[in-house]
Parts: sequence; C-alpha cells; structure tokens
Amino acid sequence: MSMQATPTRPWEKEKTARRNNGLTLLLGALIAYVVVLFTGFAGPDGWAVVLFALAAAFTLFRNRSLSTKERKDSRARLLIAAASVIAFAPWISIFVSVAFKGVKGLRPNFIVSDMRTTTPDDFLDMGGAAHAIVGSLLMVLIATVITLPLGILSGLYITEVRGRFSGVVRVVIQSMSGVPSIVAGLFIYTTFVDATGTFSALAGALALGILMLPTVARTSEEVLKLVPDDLRSAGYALGARQWRSTLIVVLPTVRSGLITAGLLGVARVIGETAPLLATALSNTSFVFNPVSGPIGSLPMYIFGMLQIGTENSINRAWTGALVLLIVVFGLFTLARYVAGKDKR
Amino acid sequence: MEKVDTSVRSEQKGTPMTDTTSNTAVLDTEFAGLETRDAHAWFGDHHALAGVSLQFPARSVTGLIGPSGCGKSTYLRLLNRMHEFIPSAAMAGEVRLHGQDIYAREVDPAAMRLKIGMVFQKPNPFPAMTIRENVLSGLKLAHIKVDDDEALMEKCLTRAGLWKEVKDRLDASGGSLSGGQQQRLCIARSLAVEPEVLLMDEPCSALDPGSTLRIEETIKELAEKITVVIVTHNMQQASRVSDYCAFFLTDGGPGYLVEADKTRTMFTTPNDSRTADYVQGKFG
Repeated sequence: MSMQATPTRPWEKEKTARRNNGLTLLLGALIAYVVVLFTGFAGPDGWAVVLFALAAAFTLFRNRSLSTKERKDSRARLLIAAASVIAFAPWISIFVSVAFKGVKGLRPNFIVSDMRTTTPDDFLDMGGAAHAIVGSLLMVLIATVITLPLGILSGLYITEVRGRFSGVVRVVIQSMSGVPSIVAGLFIYTTFVDATGTFSALAGALALGILMLPTVARTSEEVLKLVPDDLRSAGYALGARQWRSTLIVVLPTVRSGLITAGLLGVARVIGETAPLLATALSNTSFVFNPVSGPIGSLPMYIFGMLQIGTENSINRAWTGALVLLIVVFGLFTLARYVAGKDKR
Repeated sequence: MEKVDTSVRSEQKGTPMTDTTSNTAVLDTEFAGLETRDAHAWFGDHHALAGVSLQFPARSVTGLIGPSGCGKSTYLRLLNRMHEFIPSAAMAGEVRLHGQDIYAREVDPAAMRLKIGMVFQKPNPFPAMTIRENVLSGLKLAHIKVDDDEALMEKCLTRAGLWKEVKDRLDASGGSLSGGQQQRLCIARSLAVEPEVLLMDEPCSALDPGSTLRIEETIKELAEKITVVIVTHNMQQASRVSDYCAFFLTDGGPGYLVEADKTRTMFTTPNDSRTADYVQGKFG
C-alpha cells in the first residue's frame, strides 16, 4: 500500500475544456455586442434576446458531439436556465429601475428631514421622507405587535389544540387573505376612525393588521406542522402539560420559522397604500403619537408625490420607492440575522 | 381471546410473589408496583392488544419481545398513557401503579408520567436546547425546582454513560451529538425527573452496534435503582439486557401475551412451544 498520492479531481472539467468555454463566452459576448450595435435589437431587452439566442445556438452546436442522453440533459438544462432567468428578470428590472431613478434624490436630507417647510417641487436637497419612514415603521410595528401573537395563537389552535373549530378557523383565515386591501381600510374607517373621530397611526396599524393576519397565521401553521410529533411526545413523557410543552419545546423549535412568519406579514403590508388612505391619511411632518391624528407613511408619500406630478416631486416619489425597498431588505436581513442565531 | 392465564398475583408491595395457577412466570422478586390487568388496546376498529395481565418486578429489566405487529409497543405506550395521544385510540382494563389505576378519572396524567418515564425509538433531543438544557428540560417542563441543578445534570449524564463525552461541551446543541449519544442524552433527560419506571421503546433500533452496547450497559446500571421495561426486536439484546421476558404474539387478530418468565427460563425451557420457536429464531 503506497502512502503517497496526489489529490486529483477526476470529476472536474479539464483545463483546456474550461479555457474553451471561457473563450466561447467571450466570443458570444462579442457577437452579441455587434448584433445589438448594428441591428434592431437595442436596449436591455435586445441584449437579453440576443444572449439567449446565442446560448441556445452554442448548446445545440456543442450537442453534436454528445450522446442522445447527454443531449437531452443539456437541452433540459438550457430550458430550465431560461425559465429561471425569465422569472427573475422582472424583479431585477424593477429593482434596477427603482435604484436608478431613486438614487438622484437619495441625499442625507431625504432620510432626516420632513416636508413641513418644503414644497414637493423644491430642489431635492431640501426636505425629505423621514416622517414617512417613521410613520411606516411605527404603523408596521404596531400591526406586528397586534398580529404576530394572534397569528401564532391561531396557528397553535390548528396544530396543537386541534380543537373542534380548527377547520373553520383555517377556512376563515384563508378567506381573509382574499379581502381587498381597500375594504380593510374602509372597515377600520367605519368602525375605528368614526368612533375615535380622527385618522391615526393606530387606525392605520389596525387596517394593516387585518391584511397581515392571514399571512402570519398561515405561515405559523405551516411552520408548526413541521415540528415532529416525537418532540411533543418527549415533552409529555417528561410529565409536561400541553401548554408547557408547547411553550418550552414546540415554539422554540420553530423560532426562526415564526420570525419568518412575522416578516412575511410585514413584507405583505409595508407597501400597502389603499388601507392607509381611509385610516392614517398622510402628513408632512413627524408624528410619533399613534393616536394623535393623521400620520405619514412611505406608500402615501410616494402616492402624494406622484400626484403632484412635477419633475422634482416625481423624483422624490422614486426615492421614496427606493427607500421602501431598502427598508424591506433591511428588515429581511435583520430577521435572518436574529433567526440565524438559533442553537442548531 | 383469552389464550393466557391472566390471574392476578399479590399486589402488596414488597411481598414475594407466588403463583400456583398461572402458566406465566412466577417472578420471585419485589413487585415494582406497576402492573396491568386485562389490558386491551384499540386503534379505531382495530383491536391491537387483548387481555394482557402482567406485573413488573422492581429494580430489574423486563423485555417485551415478539414479532412485528404483536402489540408490544402499543402495550408499552399503555403503561404511561402515551397511547391516548393517537386520536382513534381506545383501551380497556387497568394499569395500576402502587394499586392506583392510572386511567382513573382523578389521576393527573402529567404527574403520573413523571413517575413513569419513556425513551423513544428514534433519539429525539429537543433541537432548540443545549445538552445542558436538554438534560434539565424535564424540570422546566414539569415546574420542578431543585437546589443544585448542575449536580443533578452531572449525575444524570453519568448514569446515562454520557458525562465523559460531553462534559466539555455542555452548551453545544443536542443535535450536534451522534445518534447513540443523542439516545443516551434522551435517557439522561428522562432520569432527571427521577422516575420509578423507565419505559424504552426499541431504544437501540436506530443505532450502530457500538452505541447499542453502551446503552445496554447503561440499562443494566439503571436497573440497580429503577424498573426498566424495554421493547426489543432483537433476541440477543433481550437475552443480554433483560432479567425477565414477556413474549407477545398475534395470530392475525389482536396481540396477546403468551408467557412471561425469567429471561434464562424463557430462552432455555419456556412453557409454551411457540416461545421456544420464537427465541430460537424459527419465526418472526
């Protein structure tokens, strides 16, 4: 038995093959560039079409040297790659266009100032959307504080208590997710806003909560279903009562899943405009008291700025959209980080 | 479905048991206080277990053996009321702990399960807890306060034969251990609430031979202090680890107890020819 050997990777492609692939890619890019320059294929769409056509051509060309099975495999791979690119493209397109159009107004004043002493048509180095950011976060926070426990509890009712009305609760929650957002707003308007006599962050949060609840409850239920029955049995075998076992064994096991449930709920409502129209309205200055009257929010800020319709106000709207995206990403990252600290 | 003599023996605790009528075992040891009388179990319409009467000797290991589907796991789960968590489950007869029927209305199942612990077929440490938290989880789950939980944890891990391997990483996740270690962690976990009886449902079926041997040693040591009831498919394991054996069988209908006796007797000179056939590997 020899004790000496050189580590190799027989499953990897040879160097020459890799170099050829690289050269092919370069050649493809060059051809695509020429085609886009001198034909009707222009802009990002043109690039996409040309690059895809080239990739398809290369795949088919290379296929000549392959066996039937390998050929099928590579064709399927091409198709799947194309499908995933097509599915991904709108998202990239939205993000890129929002980023490009929004970055113009993304200045320090945008995230620290409000619009109290600034008109929408003022230069972009005046005024900002800080009041809208604060309003959005405040309302989403209140909505989460109300909805997350309710959602998790209804998930627990379906999966742990398994009460007689489990089926009813599930159906009601499912149908709630079909409620149009404007209806949620009007409902809170006729009940809460009418009764208190004023628009407020709390009213906005309640309307958002109605929209959040189905998402949070459904996700909680799905996540709780993943807890193996073995763990529940182990809890019972240790002399635990059901609520104790749920609290100490079941919920911590799916902590990250429940955080995700809350997060999906937040993502569902943070960009909602319609329910806020009738409940929180909007404001041009900071509001921190959730019951003291109309409050601004990012979606309403974007909506308002678009309605003004001047160049600077539309720029402000794009920047507002960019900030909204950044806030959502920030929340996702934060939640992932918190969830990632699980002991696993 | 009475193929077995189900006569009931003396239930006075500590009295050596004598049995002159039964073809089942005369278990010449102190009675653990756990017994079943004419126990039946159903899953919906399916009659899974019929008429099992058995007493468990104290501070010893009783193996429940028999082919698949003979109801021995079902019987084990009757003993600490885990059976009732299956929605269609039903039962009949009595399971008595120190003379008290644990299925009586006034019995609190959670408090009862503190006295009759259970180790499952698949190792199931709580994934969101560290090794330390896993061992002490029973105290937290049942609201029990102890003065020195560190000492208790060390004692339980030592008794489960795991202390040396994990003492330097008590704050690691229970899931980071190997399968055999996880199962010993589960044993340590069930010991922390100081049960009188420990039920084990094929605790080694998912483990390698080395881990199996470690757990068998652990079981033998445990039996110096508590009563162990273990379900096993493995004849060698039953002969290695158990002091008494109860042989279950099914003829296509509900499972029933064929006979119970000292393990040595069951493996050499059992009363029933079917027991002899089974332990010699002629069927099952």
